[in-house]
Amino acid sequence: MTTTDTALPSTARMGLSRGWVEILQFFRDRTAVIFSFLFPALLLLLFGTIFADDYDHPGLSAARVFSASMIAYGIVATAFITMGVGIATDREDGTLKRLRGTPVTATAYFLGKLIMVAVLTAAEVVVLLGVGVLFFDLPLPTDAGRWFTFGWLFVLSVIACGLLGIAASALVRSARTAGAVLNVPVVALQFLSGVFIHPITQLPGWMITVASIFPVKWMAQGFRSVFLPDSAVVYEAGGAWEHGRIAVVLLAWCVIGSVLCLLTFRWTNTRDK
Amino acid sequence: MTAIEVTSLRKTYGSRPAVAGIDLSVPHGEVFALLGPNGAGKTTTVEILEGHRQRDSGDVRVLGQDPATGGRAWRARIGIVLQSAADAADLTVAETVRHIAGFYPRPRSAAEVIELVGLSDKARTKVRALSGGQRRRLDVALGIVGRPEVVFLDEPTTGFDPQARRQFWQLVRALAAEGTTILLTTHYLDEAEALADRLAVIAAGTLVAEGTPATLGGRAGAGATVEWAGPNGRESEQTTDPAALIARLTAAGADLTSLTVTRPSLEDTYLTLIGEQR
Repeated sequence: MTTTDTALPSTARMGLSRGWVEILQFFRDRTAVIFSFLFPALLLLLFGTIFADDYDHPGLSAARVFSASMIAYGIVATAFITMGVGIATDREDGTLKRLRGTPVTATAYFLGKLIMVAVLTAAEVVVLLGVGVLFFDLPLPTDAGRWFTFGWLFVLSVIACGLLGIAASALVRSARTAGAVLNVPVVALQFLSGVFIHPITQLPGWMITVASIFPVKWMAQGFRSVFLPDSAVVYEAGGAWEHGRIAVVLLAWCVIGSVLCLLTFRWTNTRDK
Repeated sequence: MTAIEVTSLRKTYGSRPAVAGIDLSVPHGEVFALLGPNGAGKTTTVEILEGHRQRDSGDVRVLGQDPATGGRAWRARIGIVLQSAADAADLTVAETVRHIAGFYPRPRSAAEVIELVGLSDKARTKVRALSGGQRRRLDVALGIVGRPEVVFLDEPTTGFDPQARRQFWQLVRALAAEGTTILLTTHYLDEAEALADRLAVIAAGTLVAEGTPATLGGRAGAGATVEWAGPNGRESEQTTDPAALIARLTAAGADLTSLTVTRPSLEDTYLTLIGEQR
């Protein structure tokens, strides 16, 4: 019998196929859709309504600041938590074992996860922007430069958070507790990073320093630079939008995330050659 | 040419030896059953052959490859039927089969495989809505969709009702008829007897017997028990030559209307074999 003369499917093709079934499965699980997907939008509605108008600044309201900053939370919640919980679940329900018994590559598996997380996060951002625009008069930028910033910010944020989610899944023992465990660092970082507390300069200096190590502070700052008037920059910790620094920090976390994935995820060892 | 070759395989968990030196050889196209009680080392052995588990020592070759280093091309030639997977719950049967088929260089068509495992009327059903038996048949479909040369079936019919088991056996026979090498583990004697060309009994990590269902553990040469109605109730006698005994009884004018001749069943042989090890 001839079996090896036919080419094995490419990692890109298998990754797309993984991405497609991941998306199908996510949206068919209504509990997941409601809790992980609509929760950030609910938080934005609550925060935006409670802290209605306490900015003495033209073109700025607390609700608008929340609308911009909460995009960072939406990305972390979706990319980091959905990724971490998803892999813990795959380990438990046999998905990973099943795939490991087929000629699929580990890279295709992760590619599928990243595709799913990217699509989900994009949808999440659309929902959050929708809430911001409809309820809190958040103006959408009209110049291409701001959308360009939004673009690279979104891509780097999703990749960094997704990779860190993969790495974090190694720390989670069971799928049942994964959501709770992964939410602790996420929620803590939202407070430290000036997403839930505005402006960030209200926080003690050491907190801002700690937050500056992690990606969330920079993501929130970046999204504020996209959606808030330029004059709002006075409320930032550094008194500047610091796009260059944001890009460097997020890129650094992409690299750290990749290294952690390779170190912590056992499946990668013998399969991808 | 052998499909599976195992020499002095060992695997220890902590201080407990799960597999304590196993030798196996399965030629191409054979249905080989590994029989043994729970905890005997069946699953560990199969998982090492599948490449899911690392061995401590010994040599293992599946289709000429060491499973520990088998690459994608090797994986495309083997099929693994998982024991207790609950994945893909939100996909339909057809979606799941098509998806897995996409990882192989020359898969069977999804419809063909679904038909083969008898799930055609469930093709559009969500996997979570399948019964236990249907779920296992889907697992088989996923294990064979890549046209494997060797299929591993680890306790495939645990929890099946009798009818589902019969249907499953038909499926295994159909695969075997296509020339697929099948390694089956089971703790059902009748399953091994119905399906296997050869079988081995494993107990406490070692093989205690190997043979065909008819000859296992010296079953063919074992004596038969002849029973008949004597003047003072049932009488019985052990003999290696039942024909001669019956001829003698006939000559003596014994009442043979309720005569029975029994050989030790596979179950008797099996229980003796694993009993010796305990």
